Order: sequence, then C-alpha cells, then structure tokens
Amino acid sequence: MAVVTLERKPLTLAERSYLPQVAAGLWITIRHLFSPNKTLQYPEERPAIPPGYRGVPTLVKDPNGREKCVSCQLCEFVCPPKAIRIVPGGIPESADSAHVEKAPQAFDIDMLRCIYCGLCQEVCPEEAIFLQNQYSSSGYTRGEMVNNKERLYELGGTLPDTHFKWDHKKKAAEEAAGGHV
Amino acid sequence: MSFLTQFHSMPLDVLKGLAVICVMFPLAGACSMAERKVCAWIQDRPGPNRAIPFWFAWVPVLGPFLRKIGAFHLLADGMKFLFKEEIVPGQVNRRYFVLAPILAMIPALTTVTVVPFGAFIGADGGMVPLMLANVDVGLLAVFAIASLGVYSVILAGWASNSKYSFLGGVRASAQLISYELSLTLSVLPVFLWINAPGAPGTLGLARAVEFQSQPGFWGGTWFLFIMPVSAFIFLIALFAETNRQPFDMAESEADLVGGFHTEYGAFKWSLFFVAEYCHMIIGSGVFVLLFLGGWNPLPWVPLARFAGLLGIAGLPILVGLLSVVILLGKILLMIFFFMWVRWTVPRFRYDQVMRIGWRTLLPLAIANLLFYVIGIWVLQR
Repeated sequence: MAVVTLERKPLTLAERSYLPQVAAGLWITIRHLFSPNKTLQYPEERPAIPPGYRGVPTLVKDPNGREKCVSCQLCEFVCPPKAIRIVPGGIPESADSAHVEKAPQAFDIDMLRCIYCGLCQEVCPEEAIFLQNQYSSSGYTRGEMVNNKERLYELGGTLPDTHFKWDHKKKAAEEAAGGHV
Repeated sequence: MSFLTQFHSMPLDVLKGLAVICVMFPLAGACSMAERKVCAWIQDRPGPNRAIPFWFAWVPVLGPFLRKIGAFHLLADGMKFLFKEEIVPGQVNRRYFVLAPILAMIPALTTVTVVPFGAFIGADGGMVPLMLANVDVGLLAVFAIASLGVYSVILAGWASNSKYSFLGGVRASAQLISYELSLTLSVLPVFLWINAPGAPGTLGLARAVEFQSQPGFWGGTWFLFIMPVSAFIFLIALFAETNRQPFDMAESEADLVGGFHTEYGAFKWSLFFVAEYCHMIIGSGVFVLLFLGGWNPLPWVPLARFAGLLGIAGLPILVGLLSVVILLGKILLMIFFFMWVRWTVPRFRYDQVMRIGWRTLLPLAIANLLFYVIGIWVLQR
C-alpha cells in the first residue's frame, strides 16, 4: 500500500470557536432525550437469551428420561477452576438402563468457582452436561451456591436427542446374542 | 427613630429570609434529582424510578407517577446524607475542614437577598418587585458575595490535606478568579444602557427588568436581542463560575477523584452540592433577569399587559404569583440548559480553560464593552 500523505488543513474560525460542534452535540443529545429508553427494567423485564448462550451448567436427561451422565469424570478433569466434583456410582441390575453400568452417585458444581467456560459441555462424550439459559444465580450462603445432582437435573430438564446411543447399543448386543444362539 | 422602625420590621424580614431559604434548599435538592433524570434520559435510560414508601404505593395515579419521576429518591438521598456517618479523615485540619462547607453555603444563600423573584402591580400602578432587599448595589452585591464562594473551595482543598483536594481547590480558585472578570465586564453594557446620564443610577436587577417591560419596540426588547454577545459571554462565564461542565475543573472526577471535596462525605458533602446548585439557580436567575426579560412572559409582552389579558391585573397576589411562576419557569429552563450542556460537552483541559478565559473571553468582553460604550455615546449624542 502506498503511503498517502494528507495535508492537515488549519482549522477554520468556526471550528476553532468550537460553537458549531457544541450546537451539533446539543442537537444529538436533545434527540436522545426524547427517544425511547433502550434499557430493560431488569427484574420485571428479562432479556431474550440468544441461542448458544453459556449460562449455568446443567445436567440433562434423554427423551426417555434416562440420566445421560455416565460419571466418566472427564468434565471434572477438564474443569479449569475445579468447580465440578463427581462421586461415580453404579446402576442397579434391576434398572432398565442397567447395561449403561455407571451413573454419578453425587454430582456437585460449585457456582462460586464456575467460570462459565463451557469446557465441560465440550468434553462430555455423552452430551449430558449443557450450559443453558439461566444467567443469574444467587444465594445467602456458600452452601446454597453449590448445585447438587438433583438441582442440576431440575435446571437441565430434558433436551431433544436423536442418538439414543445406549438403546442402539443394547439392541445391537441383543441382536448379536440372538443371532448366535 | 428610623433605626427603631427598621428594628420593628426585623422579625418579618427574618421570616421572609427563612421562607426564601426554605424554597431554595429543596429547589437545589430537586435540581440534583432533575440532573439525574435528565442525564438518564439523554443516555436513553429511565433513571431512578424505584423508591416508594408503601403507603404511597396505595395512592392510585399519583403514587406510581411520583415513583416514576424519582421523587422519593430525592427524599431517600436527603435522609441518607443526614444519617450517614460523618467521617473526618485523620490528616485534615479539623476546624477549617468543618468550616469550609458552611462557608460554601453562606454566599450561596446570601446572594438571593438582592435578586428579585417576582413583581406585582402596586396601588400607584407601578411594578413593585418581590425581593428581600431592594438595594441599588444589586448586581454588584451578587458578584461580591458570590465570589466569596471561592474561599470555601480553597479552604476545603487546603484543609483536606490531600493532593487531589489541593489540586482541585487550586484549579477551582484559579478558574473562578479568571472568569469573574469576563462575567462582570459582560454585564456592564446592560447597566450603561439602563442608566441615563444625570438620572440617579442603579445596579439593581429589578430596574433591569423594568427597563425590559417598557412599551414600544425598543422598550420591550429583551437584552438578549440588544446585546447577544454580552449574554453569550455571561453565559459562558456563568458555566465556569458555577463549576459546571465543560468547566468543572474543580471536580474533574477522572483525574482528581472528586476535586476539592474528595475527603468530604455525608452532610458536609451535600452542603457543597446544594451550594453548587444554589449558585446555579441564582446565576440563572440573574441571567434571566438581565437578558431574558425577568418575569415578562414573552418579548414585547410585559407582565402588566399579560395580567391585563388574563383579567387579573387588579389582584396583586395573583399577579405576584404569576410573576414568580414565570421567572421560576425561565430559571428552571436555564437549569435544564445547564444539565443539557453537561451531558453533551466533554470537559476542557485545564490549559484550555485558562486560555479560553484569558485569551478569548476577556478580550471579547472588553471589546464588547467598548463597542457598547461607543454605541451608547453615538446614540445619546
């Protein structure tokens, strides 16, 4: 790119007096004085949350109501501020989803530590943890700010899911077993 | 004997004075609220609109309206200033530190004595101004007393024994002294115009309004149209004198935290605040009286004729009220203008302030004075 040297013109008298500029500024501000507010009255009015928003991390269930987390603890390992604590556990033999083998016994996310980076969501192989729309969390004690498993499922709810990975796996295993027998 | 008669009217004078103070103080407070609201509206926000005592929330229309305009925030702020802990930092010179806000209030509330705030039609058909002291020194007294305000600024800056306060005080005092010259020079043509040679002279503000209420084209013309440059210089100097943006060197919170009142809090701080608004009200009042026809509703429509049109010319109380309302309305418009400018124009640099004051405004004021001196000489020859 060629260098273009611009000639700096001396200021005109009107520009030096600064008054036309002040008048122009006053014209702008008076228009804003009569324009409608651009702010929300927060607690009563809530902002529209755009898709892909990273709010409070939550645990979700699949459309059949099965908890998706298999307590692999990848999120716990990847979490930069170490906000996640998981106690892995098994699934009783009698349960419908016994073939998944593992589910978290306890799952705590300390919202005082969480930095909303979304790495847990990114790393989860089961698509069980999502940063959803909730953006304000408050409490009177530190204990209240730790979301336990119940609370996480309550916040997360059920997300649409078309994989049904474990159902397919179970079906495939049954078919394979059936074919051999 | 005359001393005795004066003495007799003293309780009444004290009452009048207290009444005026009782109007000025809340008015200054209301201005602070208006400032927050105007600021908010200019920035496309609704501004403070939350506080409401629960028994007011039950009043159907008035309650929500008062809440929306932030009337109760004003009360809440005032209460907060009264009941906050009065912190006096350890490093300050205690006596002068306490004295400074008091000294700020005294000139701010004293200047109102010579400023007329209305008029009614007396028994002899002439206008009788409503004011605490109708003295001939008038405007001179306003300038003399208002300029005492600089002492409180210096004292506050010095007694605080902190660098921010000190710099703020020095800047403010330098600025006040620089712009006072232009301020005084800019109004001299008005009084040259009013005072005919040979006749008893006056610097009274009521006379200036009277002059603008005369019949005929030249009599009814406001001084704004006769002397636009004077009005302009006076307005600029007024901005500087009241430490308002774009001349708020004294405060300049970006580089001096809070300027001369950095170390102040609670009620002492609020006294500085109220004093600043009182200065603004009085300054706007003087501007309105001198250049915007005082209590005359429109140019070429003096109050007496307006009252005649409304059919209340024979009722002095109503005419007096009308004049006060008109004058107050103009003053509030001026204060709105102050706020409007504040939220539009950025602060000047300190050297720019000094350059404008000494190298632009002062020569302009002197040239303006010379122009009108020669002009009046030519007209009256």
